[in-house]
Amino acid sequence: MLNTLKNRFEQGYRTCNYPKEKPAVFDRYRGMPVIKPQAPEEVIAACADACPQDAIDAGKKNIDLGRCVFCGTCERLSKGEFISFTGDFEFSAAHRQSLVFDGSSLPDLAIHAKKHFKRLFGRSLQLRQVSAAGCNACEADLNVLATPFFDLARFGINFVASPRHADGIVVTGPISRNMKTALLQTYEATPDPKVVVAVGSCTISGGPFKGSPEIAQGLDSILPVDLFIPGCPPHPLTNLYALLTYFK
Amino acid sequence: MKNAFIEIKNGAAIPRDEIPHLPFNRVRDLAVSHVKNGGKVVQFFGYEDQGTMKFMTVLRDDKLWAAGCDAPDSYPSMSCEAEPFHLFEREIAEQFGIRPEGHPWLKMVRYQPNERDLPDVFGNDYSEDIPGNYPYYQVQGDDIHEVAVGPVHAGVIEPGHFRFNCIGERVLHLEIQLGYQHRGVEALLKNPAPKRLPIICENIAGDTTIGHGLCMAQAVEALTGVTPDKGAKVIRVIALELERLANHIGDLGALSGDVAFLPPANYFGRLRGDFLNLSLLLCGNRFGKGLVRPGGVSFALDDEMRKILTDRLAELRPQVEHVLELLFSASTVRARFEHCGAVSREDADHLGLVGPAGRGCGLPYDVRRVFPTEAYTDIGIPENSKTTGDVDARAKMRYDEVIQSMEIIQSLITRPIETKPVMPGNYRLAPSSFVVTLNEAWRGEVSHCLLTDDAGQIQRYKVKDPSFHNWNGLAMALRDTGISDFPLNNKSFNLSYCGFDL
Repeated sequence: MLNTLKNRFEQGYRTCNYPKEKPAVFDRYRGMPVIKPQAPEEVIAACADACPQDAIDAGKKNIDLGRCVFCGTCERLSKGEFISFTGDFEFSAAHRQSLVFDGSSLPDLAIHAKKHFKRLFGRSLQLRQVSAAGCNACEADLNVLATPFFDLARFGINFVASPRHADGIVVTGPISRNMKTALLQTYEATPDPKVVVAVGSCTISGGPFKGSPEIAQGLDSILPVDLFIPGCPPHPLTNLYALLTYFK
Repeated sequence: MKNAFIEIKNGAAIPRDEIPHLPFNRVRDLAVSHVKNGGKVVQFFGYEDQGTMKFMTVLRDDKLWAAGCDAPDSYPSMSCEAEPFHLFEREIAEQFGIRPEGHPWLKMVRYQPNERDLPDVFGNDYSEDIPGNYPYYQVQGDDIHEVAVGPVHAGVIEPGHFRFNCIGERVLHLEIQLGYQHRGVEALLKNPAPKRLPIICENIAGDTTIGHGLCMAQAVEALTGVTPDKGAKVIRVIALELERLANHIGDLGALSGDVAFLPPANYFGRLRGDFLNLSLLLCGNRFGKGLVRPGGVSFALDDEMRKILTDRLAELRPQVEHVLELLFSASTVRARFEHCGAVSREDADHLGLVGPAGRGCGLPYDVRRVFPTEAYTDIGIPENSKTTGDVDARAKMRYDEVIQSMEIIQSLITRPIETKPVMPGNYRLAPSSFVVTLNEAWRGEVSHCLLTDDAGQIQRYKVKDPSFHNWNGLAMALRDTGISDFPLNNKSFNLSYCGFDL
């Protein structure tokens, strides 16, 4: 007992004060990018060519954040001349097309077409997570929202064990052929009105597995998606930001 | 073995014509007797070479051995004589339609049609996309009941199907059917664009990003004749040990949660995040994605960063040690951990378990010690193992390895680390070559194997996650164990679904 108390004392209070204060993340974290369209054409072309995800359109000078895995290749190649990634973890979108980012700002997530969701789910949001063929990193960084640092439950948001108890589903992974039926059945089992959240590059666009005949090329080709959270995986604070901004 | 198979080195490429091409029966006889004498299977897979089906076999004892052969249309199964082949044979049957006659339990691995449009070995028609749509093994009797779990589980975890045959609370048999996570990784790795190769490999299993990333990078380096600088080798080891720390600590937290001892569950949950953040410190990603690239690492580790790492570890280490002590000194925890889900050394040996799951049963194999690469050649990894083979042993393996990993990192960051970060670029692989890479990731032996054709294209890229060896260990642990102890046993193995499903 004494040992338990001693440990409790040593651990202290660890829950972050987000959203009131933004916790610091280490410098190398690659969050919301900045685009400099005035970069030389050949630099932009080289970035587009080197992008492993083919997420950069050199002609339109934009980057598809739904495809991007935030590997930082373009930033390193252009030495920040064309694209650089900031430490800002607050980015997500209510529409797939909004993630095609040209350097202006993303549409304000707090103002979206489904504002009645805030009334419906603002005080209590129960989510069922469906892992559909990802690499388990998105799942892991959703799971950590339950740890003391993030403590998602203090906002009235929980991950629940059954779709029958849920207000919506959170999907991760590129939705393999073998997982599609289970995903659709989980969606069907969730009572209306319900929300669908797509977490991570795989779910949004197929991610690193794009082009494989074994996967869907984006969840929105199968189900109506309400919220897109980009990243590979999205930082837990990005998940937290998106859920709070969209639903609270 | 010595006169027939060729001895190869971990991560050293050799020309394909140096690999002995033996008659199939000779490979079969030698491989079976090798395993019967205590050897293990690293890789056994099929590939198509200019219209001819072939097999490649890579075995290990304290050395690595390789040989190839033409693949027969069907062959007498080796699994009846040497069990470690059983899943490899099923995989070949699934991928290429080659039947191992007399296989003790021939069923699909990932629920995918074979590449050669041959009749399906398992009789599946694949019009229904449900891997679990299959007659499971059944125990007969009035008092027997079955429990089906998954593919969608109660927690935030990957999908898979578990079928329990129980009598009362007691599990007589657990059958595990995976395949739900199958993304076609090996098909994507058939000659991918060089820029995509690292991204695909890092995402085979995100919790093993560094393990799989290292296997990929070492293989490409071997085939391009590039040697990473000394600093890169040190940074890679730091990254692999951080990955081990985050996962082992997370597992210990999950084990605490499953015996309802919530303080360490929460403390470990938080501490795991601190170690993930140290990976982010190194490379900008909590899972180490983007760090390991052919030729070295993408990010240097300067003195300022080295100081942050040193300070953070100095702060975290006593906290980790105190929570470990809290967990392992609680009698209520020991009452649940000890004797729960025991796998005998003999069974573990027959199944070919690797990593902490194997070491918990008294199989001390550790790639870092037996086939060291990177900076491990300069680090003495102690021979770890436990004898009880139960949840307690698997938990205590993590205890030991957590302490060792922190010591390894702390010893590596006492000196300045200089490296020239590698820039994105293309490469040309040596033609007609062969390379096998092995690394000790946190779950055990990860191995990648590459064969290039005469134009230097990747003809076959074979991936093996340690979970491929270990899922049957979990099934074995559940025999005669209470079904309520399944979550605890499952966490004590914490195997990868996506690493297995590819």
